[in-house]
This record gives sequence, structure tokens and C-alpha cells, in this order.
Amino acid sequence: MAVIEAHNLVVEFPIYSFTGHRSFKKSLLNLATGGILAKDAANRVVVRALDNLNFEFHEGDRVGLIGNNGSGKTTLLQVLAGIYEPTMGDLKVDGRITSMLGITLGMDAEVTGVENIYLRGQLMGLSRRQIDAMVDDIADFAGIGDFLNLPMRTYSSGMAMRLAFAVATSVDADIILMDEWLSVGDAEFVQKAKAKLTQMVGKARLVVIASHNHAMIKDQCNIILTLEHGKIVSTERTDSLS
Amino acid sequence: MTVPTGSKFALDLNKAKLDLRGGLDRASLWWSLAWQDTKQRYRRSFLGPFWITVSTGVLVGAMGPLYGALLGQDVASYLQHLAISLIIWFFISAVINEAGSAFVGAEGYIKQVALPLSVHVFRLLAKNVVMLAHNAVIIVLVLIFLPPAHWGDVWLFPFGLLLVLGNLFWIALLLAVLSARFRDIPQLVTNIVQVAFFLSPIIWKADMLSQKNRFVADFNPLYHFIEVIRAPLLGEPVHAISWIVTSGFLVFGSVAAFLIFARFRARVPYWL
Repeated sequence: MAVIEAHNLVVEFPIYSFTGHRSFKKSLLNLATGGILAKDAANRVVVRALDNLNFEFHEGDRVGLIGNNGSGKTTLLQVLAGIYEPTMGDLKVDGRITSMLGITLGMDAEVTGVENIYLRGQLMGLSRRQIDAMVDDIADFAGIGDFLNLPMRTYSSGMAMRLAFAVATSVDADIILMDEWLSVGDAEFVQKAKAKLTQMVGKARLVVIASHNHAMIKDQCNIILTLEHGKIVSTERTDSLS
Repeated sequence: MTVPTGSKFALDLNKAKLDLRGGLDRASLWWSLAWQDTKQRYRRSFLGPFWITVSTGVLVGAMGPLYGALLGQDVASYLQHLAISLIIWFFISAVINEAGSAFVGAEGYIKQVALPLSVHVFRLLAKNVVMLAHNAVIIVLVLIFLPPAHWGDVWLFPFGLLLVLGNLFWIALLLAVLSARFRDIPQLVTNIVQVAFFLSPIIWKADMLSQKNRFVADFNPLYHFIEVIRAPLLGEPVHAISWIVTSGFLVFGSVAAFLIFARFRARVPYWL
């Protein structure tokens, strides 16, 4: 049974501020990058970010999304995450989603690292009690020592990223959505982060990663979708991956 | 190039219901965020959020005697009236004014995590309840030093507050959705709220109006919103009409806001 299934999935963004500017519209339509610009039935300008996508991902799949800027990778992740509901078509997602889009979201520079663990954890759907049980492990993994009790504004950006990464990867994930393979911190932490991420990805039922790093995608994924102007232009399966 | 399109967005009562329920389930999240909002404003200041209390106290202390005298009122009873009215007004007006940015201001959240949209509306209400709680210190002080003539109806106060909270929820939900699409709405709302301050019995009292002019208060729903909270605290009877108006608004407003939310909920992230 498919974990994620899409039929004729379309996502269109209405652009209200441009209606009426016909010439501007025309020049926009000729743009080379981004989704397809079009007019809908009500004659509004819309950007068709995802255009009639059909796919099925199954238990154990590791899906890599590649494509140029504006090809629809992030939008696709956002649709899978439930942020945008499809404009047309159907999408079925069976399972609990952990989206790692923007892992620093909700973190506040003025409060301590510990408080940020709670803020961020709650945003990911954890209860305070669940976080109580995890906070030591997270602190340990972040490895920022006593800075944890200081406001985050005293952190270097690397330390802040470490903490964000530690929280984001602390949950057991069912379906993971990732925009770029996360690599943060200094050489030592990058190793640790990679191991953690690989472990997390290994345990998940399904993973979808968008990236510009083709080598990494080839290394980590058994399905590679190439997007161009919101369409899937090629689907590559390498079923040799365990 | 015209691509045939049609949108499948339609009235979806069930998903709207799930959104509201999901929002309620995440109470600890929006309380945390609301506290964060409050603390952030007063971070590293000595008094912290109690600046809210102090500034309201100063305002009431300065305005009370002056306007009491100007309006030819007994200063003690005017001060009571003014303190309670202003604080309730601050609460109501802040929720209505900020409702327009409940979704627009939470764009970062909405586009990165799939949370029920109602979380952002609850967060807004919670934040203003926190502010109200800080201001309530002044109401308590006023009631201790200038106790009302009788306390008979004070038990009605929580019911009045709940009715107003309910009303503010639908108003905020409605304004949040509409403002995501039409960015002029928050400006318009600010303008209306500003005028409403002067047209509502806050600085003045409804009974200062002559019979001929009573309609200025009676036809103002905000007057009734304020009255169901204020009158019990001042030891005055709440007129039946105030209960009827606030309850009626709650029922019809909630239905209308829910339908609009159910129709456009899925659209909101696209509008941001």
C-alpha cells in the first residue's frame, strides 16, 4: 500500500496584485524560470507551481527531488507536509509527518537554549512532558554545555544551528520531509550530524529530500524525481538500495 | 496562454471543525507562544510585563480626576468606572486590532509547519488575556479602595467575560481570514476601532445621555460587550438587552465566521 499517493496534483498561486496589468502579465508569461504562469477561469494571473503530478511512494522509499530553482521542489514538500492543500487533484498521505523545513522556526534569540528546546519541541507537536524526557539527550547531542542556560543571542550561529538540529532530529519520524540534507556546524559536528541524520532517515518509513546535491541524492535515495517548471520530467528508480 | 483551471476549494465544514479542535488540543503551544509574545516585549526591563499595569495605572490616575471634574462627576465613582472601562476596552480593542495580523504575521509558521490555523487565533486571544490579567491588578486595587455599593451581581462577571471572549474569538477568526486576502481590512479596522473608542461609553457613561440620545449606546454592540463585564464589577445590574445582544452576536457571529472559515481556510496559506 502506498504511503503517499498523488493524482493529477496541481498547486496554483493566485497573484492578485497583478490583475489588470496586461502588458506586465504578458512579459511575466515569458519568464524562463519558475512555474507556469497562466490565467484561470476568473482571469486571474496564477503561478502554476506544480502541474499535474502523479506519483506513488511506498513503505521504505527514499525519494530525492532535484531540479533548478523554482522548479517546485519546496512547494511539493509543502504540499506533502499539508501546508498547502492541492488546488486540484488528489493527495493521500498515510502516516505522521515530520517536516524539517526551516528547523530554526519558532526559536527565540532572547530566551535560553532550554526554553528554545521547549518552544521548538512544542511546535513539532510534542507535549511538555514528552520534552521533559528528551531535554537531556537533546542538550547532550547539541554539545553546547552551559550555554544552554544562556539566551540564544549569546550563541554563535553555528551553536544555534547545532541546537536547532538537535531538537529537529530528536523525534522519531514516520515520514520525513527535508529541504536540503542538513549539514551544520564544524567538521566534528558535521560528522555527528550526518550519522544522526542517516540513523533517523534509516528508521523512517518514508523520506522525501529536495536537494541540489546530486551526489548526495544518488547516495541516499532509491527514487529520484526531476522537476522542471512544476512538472516531473523524469523518474529514476534504483531499486538496488536497501 | 490560458490553462483550463478550476479550483477544488469549497466549503469544507468537517476540516474547519478539525482545525478548531486541533487548535484547542494545542493549548500548551499557544499559551507558550502567547507568553513568549508578552515577555519578548518587556525583555530585560526591570518591571517586565508589569509595565502594562504601571502604564494603565498612570493613565487612569491622570485621566480619572480630570475627566471626572470635566464631566461633573463624583470623582470616586468616575474613577471606578474609568479604570474598569478602559481596561476592558484595551482588551477588546487590542484583539480586534491585532486580528488582521493573526495569519499575516504568522506567515513564517504557516508556511513551514502544518499547524491548525486556529492556533494563531488562540495565540492572539491568549496573549491579550495575559495583558488583561496584568491590568486586572488595577481593577482589584480600585475595587479594594473604592468598593462598589453592593456586590450582589459580581458572580455574573465570569459569564460576561466568557461571552465576550467567545465573541472576540469569532471576530478575530473572521478578520484574520479576510485580512489575509484583503490587506486593506486591518487599516480599516484600526480606523473603526479608534472612532468606536469615542463613541462607546468608556470615558463617558451611558446614563449621561439624554433619553433622546440613548441610541448611541444602545445600538452599539461594543457598549453591550463592555457592559456585561463592567456592570457586575461596579455592582450595577446588567440590563437584559446587553445579555441578549452579546449572546445573539455570539451565536450568529460564530455561525457566520465558521462558514467563512470553512470556505476559505485552505486558501489562507496561498494568500500569504
